[in-house]
Amino acid sequence: MATPSVVDATPVAAVPVKAKRRRLRFIASPKAAIGLGMMAFFVILAIIGPFIAPYDPSERSNALVEAPSAAHWLGTTHLGQDVFSQLVSGTRSVILVGLLAGVIATILSLLVGVTSGYLSGAGAESLSALSNVFLVIPALPLIIIITSILPETTDVTIALVIGLTSWAWGARVLRAQTLSLRRRDYVEAARATGEKTWRIIIFEIMPNLTAVIASNFIGTVIFAVTSEITLAFIGVNTSGDNWNWGTILFWAQGQQALAQGAWWWFVPAGLAIALLGTALSLLNFGIDEFVSPRLRGNGKSKVKTVDGHTVRMRVGFTPVLGFGRKDDTL
Amino acid sequence: MSYLLKRVAFYVFTAWAAITLNFFIPRVMPGDPVQSLITRSRGQMTGDAVQSLYVLFGLDPNESLLSQYVKYWGQLFRGDLGLSFTFFPSQVGEVIGQALPWTMALVGITTVIGFLIGTTLGTLAGWRRGSWIDALIPVTTFLSSIPYFWLGLIAIALLTGPDSFFPAGNGYDTGLTPAWDWEFIGSAVQHSLLPAITILISSMAGWILSMRNMMVTVASEDYVTVAHAKGLPERRVMVGYAARNALLPNVSGFALSLGFIVGGTLLVEIVFSYPGLGFLLFQGVGTKDYPLLQGIFLIITLSVLLANFVADLAYMLLDPRTRREG
Repeated sequence: MATPSVVDATPVAAVPVKAKRRRLRFIASPKAAIGLGMMAFFVILAIIGPFIAPYDPSERSNALVEAPSAAHWLGTTHLGQDVFSQLVSGTRSVILVGLLAGVIATILSLLVGVTSGYLSGAGAESLSALSNVFLVIPALPLIIIITSILPETTDVTIALVIGLTSWAWGARVLRAQTLSLRRRDYVEAARATGEKTWRIIIFEIMPNLTAVIASNFIGTVIFAVTSEITLAFIGVNTSGDNWNWGTILFWAQGQQALAQGAWWWFVPAGLAIALLGTALSLLNFGIDEFVSPRLRGNGKSKVKTVDGHTVRMRVGFTPVLGFGRKDDTL
Repeated sequence: MSYLLKRVAFYVFTAWAAITLNFFIPRVMPGDPVQSLITRSRGQMTGDAVQSLYVLFGLDPNESLLSQYVKYWGQLFRGDLGLSFTFFPSQVGEVIGQALPWTMALVGITTVIGFLIGTTLGTLAGWRRGSWIDALIPVTTFLSSIPYFWLGLIAIALLTGPDSFFPAGNGYDTGLTPAWDWEFIGSAVQHSLLPAITILISSMAGWILSMRNMMVTVASEDYVTVAHAKGLPERRVMVGYAARNALLPNVSGFALSLGFIVGGTLLVEIVFSYPGLGFLLFQGVGTKDYPLLQGIFLIITLSVLLANFVADLAYMLLDPRTRREG
C-alpha cells in the first residue's frame, strides 16, 4: 500500500498516463486468491480423482484396518479398502452435488427473488411469503425425510432435493436487493424510455446483483456439500460404489473406528470437508470485501498523537495528528 | 400490535404448510412404501398398524385425496402420529415425547449461549478492528466449516477414554434411573458437556462474523460520532449506541438461521449417542421408520416455529419502531 505514494512523488508521474483498469482486482485480495486457489485444486481433483486413485475405492484386500504406510498412504478400512483412494475418488461426488445443487438453488432464488422484488401485487407478495415459509422450515430434516423415502438415490437426485429445498435464503436476499434497486434513477430512466420489463430486469438490475448472486451461490454450495456429507454419514445414499467423504465417515462410525484408534479413517475426510468449506468461505469474504470496502480489515489501527496518547482509528473519525505544533502544516 | 398479529398469522400459515408438506411427501413418491415395509417387518405388524400406515401414506385406493387429508388432520389432533416400527408397538408420539426434553435442554441452551458469546466477541472485534480479536475470525471460519458431527468425533477421540472425566456417549450414567435427584442431574450435565462444547464451537463463528460486520457499518453512523463527541465513555458508546443497533439484524438473523442450526446440532446427538431427537432420527433412517421420521420432522418444525416467535418478541422489545406502528 505504501508503494504508490512513492511513485506519485516522482516527476515522471506528471505526464498524463491513461489510468489502467485493474481487471483482476478481485484476486488482489489475499483471501479471495487463497480461496480461489484451493477451490481450483478441489475441482481438478474432482475431475481427475478417479483416474489418479492408486486403488479401486471398493476393492477389498487382506490388509485390514492398517495404519498409513507406503502402500496405503492413509491406511485401510475394515475390508482392506484404501482410504486414500476413497478420499480422492469421493471428491467428484462432493463437488458435483455441491455445484449442481448450487446452480439449481441459485436459478430458483433468482426467479423467485427478483420477480417478487421487482414486480408488485398479490403474486409477488405470495412468492415472498413462500420463500419465508421455506426459510423457516428446517431444511436438513426435510432433506433427510425426502431422500430416505425415495426408493433409490443417486448423486443427481440428492443434488435435486438439496437444490429444491435450499433456495429460500438466496431469494430473500435477492428480493431485498432488488427492492432497493428498482427505484434508482437509472431504472426509472429505463422505464421512462419504454424499455420492456424483462429487459430492465436482465440488463439494468441483474448486473448490479452479480456480487449478491455470486456470494449466494457459494453459500448454497457450502450448505449442499455439508448436507450431502451429512446424508451419507447417517446412512442415506451409501450403497454400492458411490463414494463420497460422508460415506467414508459412515463406515468409520459404523465400524467403531474411534474405539479401534483408527484415526486415519475419519480424520482425513473431515479435514477435507473443513478445507473445502474454508476455501468457499474465503471466496465469500473476498466478494463481501470487494463489494463493501469498509469490511476490509485494515492493518494499522492505532496512531500515536503528538502528546503521546495512542488513539484508535475508527471509521468516520479523522485524527488530527499535528495538534499543538504551529510549524506543522498537517 | 399489528406487527405481532402479522407474525402470528405467518407462523400459523407456515405450520399449516409444513403439515401439508408432510402429508404430501409420501404420496408423490414413486413406489409403494407400505408394501416394502410389510415385507421388511416379516409379519410382525397387526392389521391395525397396516391400516394406520395406509392412512398415513394415503395409499388406500378407496379414498379420495381430500378425505385422506381430513383424516390425516383428525389423526394429528388426537396426537396420533402412527406406530413406530423401530420401537414397535410404541406410539410415535410417545417415543418422541421421551426424546424431546433432552434435545430441548441441549440444543436450546447451547444455541442461546452460542449466540450470546458470539455476539459479544463480534461486538469487540467490530469495535476494535485490527486487534487480536479480529485475528480470531479466520480461525473461527475454519472451525465453522467443520461439520458439527466431525468435530464431535474428534472430541470423542481426543478427550474421552476409560479414565477421562468426559463420557463418550449416552445422556446419563446407564446405572442410574431417570429421576429429579442431584445424582442424576449431575450425571446428565456431565454427559452433556462435551456435546454442548462441540455445538458452541461450531455455531459461534457465524455470529461473530455477522456481528462484526454490522458493528463496522454502525460505527460510522452519525449518532455514534455524536456520542463520542459528547464525551461519553468508550464502553457506553460501544454497548449502548453501536451494539444496540447492530444487534437488530443479528436477532432477526438468529430467528432465520435456527432451522439450519437445529439441523446441524441434531447430528451431534448422533455422534454422542445422546438420547434426543437427532439420535432418534438416525435410528429412524437406519430402519426406514417413516412414521417416526415424519413425526420428528413435524415436531422439529413446530419447535423451530415457536423459537422463531420468541425471537420475534425479543426483536419487538429491542426495536421500538415495531411497537409504534398500529
